[in-house]
Amino acid sequence: MSGGVDSAVAAARAKDAGHDVTGVHLALARNPQTYRTGARGCCTLEDSRDARRAADVIGIPFYVWDMADEFHASVVDDFVDEYAAGRTPNPCLRCNEKIKFAAVLDRAVALGFDAVVTGHHARLGADGLLRRSVDLAKDQSYVLAVLTRAQLDRAVFPLGDSTKERVRAEAAERGLAVADKPDSHDICFIADGDTRGFLEGRLGSAPGDIVDGRTGARLGTHNGAYGYTIGQRKGLNLRVPAEDGRPRYVLSITPVTNTVTVGPREDLEVDTVTATRPIWHEASASVRCDVQLRAHGEVVPASVTVAAGELTARLETPARGVAAGQAIVAYRPDPGGDIVLGSATITAGTRESAHA
Amino acid sequence: MAYLDHAATTPMLPAALDAYATAARAIGNPSSLHAAGRSARRMVEESRERIAAVIGARPSEVIFTGGGTEADNLATKGVFWARRDADPGRRRVVVSAVEHHAVLDAVGWLGRHEGAEVTYLPVDGTGRVDPAGFAELVRAHGDETAVVSVQWANNEVGTVQPIAELAALAAGAGIPFHTDAVQAVGQVPVDFAGSGVAALTLTGHKLGGPVGVGALVLGRDVACTPLLHGGGQERDVRSGTLDTPGVVAFAVAVETTVRAREQYAERVAALRDELVRRVLAAVPDAIHNGDAEHRLPGNAHFSFPGCEGDALLLLLDAKGIYCSTGSACSAGVAQPSHVLLAMGADDARARSSLRFSLGHDSTEADLDALLAALPGAVERARRAGAWKTPR
Repeated sequence: MSGGVDSAVAAARAKDAGHDVTGVHLALARNPQTYRTGARGCCTLEDSRDARRAADVIGIPFYVWDMADEFHASVVDDFVDEYAAGRTPNPCLRCNEKIKFAAVLDRAVALGFDAVVTGHHARLGADGLLRRSVDLAKDQSYVLAVLTRAQLDRAVFPLGDSTKERVRAEAAERGLAVADKPDSHDICFIADGDTRGFLEGRLGSAPGDIVDGRTGARLGTHNGAYGYTIGQRKGLNLRVPAEDGRPRYVLSITPVTNTVTVGPREDLEVDTVTATRPIWHEASASVRCDVQLRAHGEVVPASVTVAAGELTARLETPARGVAAGQAIVAYRPDPGGDIVLGSATITAGTRESAHA
Repeated sequence: MAYLDHAATTPMLPAALDAYATAARAIGNPSSLHAAGRSARRMVEESRERIAAVIGARPSEVIFTGGGTEADNLATKGVFWARRDADPGRRRVVVSAVEHHAVLDAVGWLGRHEGAEVTYLPVDGTGRVDPAGFAELVRAHGDETAVVSVQWANNEVGTVQPIAELAALAAGAGIPFHTDAVQAVGQVPVDFAGSGVAALTLTGHKLGGPVGVGALVLGRDVACTPLLHGGGQERDVRSGTLDTPGVVAFAVAVETTVRAREQYAERVAALRDELVRRVLAAVPDAIHNGDAEHRLPGNAHFSFPGCEGDALLLLLDAKGIYCSTGSACSAGVAQPSHVLLAMGADDARARSSLRFSLGHDSTEADLDALLAALPGAVERARRAGAWKTPR
């Protein structure tokens, strides 16, 4: 129970369903701030208090579990390491994989509980299939697709069949004070939202070149390749304009040479995505389906093959802004909510067909 | 339900609750000059006399406060300020390493903001301060020491300190000696004058009185700068309208528990010994912490190797058994106990600790309930212990 509206309503619904529910708030920050500021940050003492008050109203026991060390080792350090390696991590996904459905779940099971209930917006019904939420704008199946079968078997997502609006209304009906608490955004452990500043504090300044992907010409310098993401256009501050005057985008990041490569928008287009560490729920290792390549990103049809610890997707229409470190999630369209077939961590996006 | 957390707070005695209700129905500010005020004042002064009589103090030495934390802050900060102002060379504050946070954090603040130099007296494996070490400190630094504070008995492991011995050493060097006796009054013999201390903290809710009222017993000749300024109601050292019903109920509780102490201690210590015996029989590798001889009668404190104290607490809580990890909490996050660490325990052992504390309404049935749940809880908590390993 983060202290937000979703987990509070999820807990209440789990209790109504007849389960013996205990509320747990995770203390993840080493130095929790006393008050939250706006929609950013989490795990403040105020959030802890909000969660406790929600548990009181629901009528369940409540405890705070200190997982700060695990969180820093598995999520924060991983986040920094991934950027340092030129990849773009998704810390929420990592937190689900390593903390909520690993450290928390393991401890809970050992203590005699059967499952972890969260306020994620995704559906997980009796058929065991993970599906998108009815609220597509709030759907979080992308950051849950990393969960293994064993993890899903001990997960409960009571909110997947409700819109966020409905969840808020229900919280108000239940007398939960968090009903109108603002949603959290951004990365919870970067309270001021300044990811580049956070990384610079952790990794130090590392000046390098920004080069043209087609000509190899040096166009400018940067203070650290980790500050860039594939597909990024703003903040490049290039001195030399492109010949055709069109905007340029980050095409790739090469940590070994500390180089950021840029080029025109069409050079971002990839039609083949390779990924590692696949989690695959589907019987068939080769399917035609939809794939999503980043959180809240567009969906493209593709042929996906899983073999030898690798996932390869041939996209039917090219995609842009495909960054290593992000997840590729495969979905089968379904009227009862698109079904997650599996996911993997993107290692590369390439262009096999000629440019149109 | 088995309530085994009397050291956190203990139920009000029926007589104290009745006295509270009666006094709360009457009107009158004890500082008012009319008949209603005089009546309230009379109740407060009679209460002061009752407390003084059983605690071995003069009535004028009893200063009512809003509880133990305020009394500890007043004693440490107030006496430090007064002594330092009288002689700027006196900036040292000496406390034991196992003090309650009401003392530790108060003197920590003095160190950060008032230029105090804080010296922490080490304790042995049972939690006792060594008088010889203290004597040496007094010899070396007595002149520059503003105040000393050593608790009468520890709130976590129940160890009783050699207060009279320590207080005599301080008195010999002219240093005011404060003791936090909130856990001790009503449990072990406490005599303010006889012990030779300059200041002593006691509080209502640890001995069957209400929460929110306590006292600092402060020797008449001990200078103390106020924390709270205002009407100067309590000897000009503490301001604020006196809580007449709280004070009356507090006095009833102090008088009742101190008078009944001997039989209480005998009964509860026997029950506690039974608890310790049964816990060690049920969980043979449990470690019983603290001092066998110098110990509060109601305290039992264990480390359960391989268990997280807060996992055990959760499991016992679910079975209606209420105990404590005895550690400080911020936002409910358990820290390893500074008391256990000071006693030489490592982090894992400090985190694996649980305190069971008995009180005036504890019975054999409470032990039965605990022992019915404990072995299963320990087994589960051991399996849950592996979660700490980073992955």
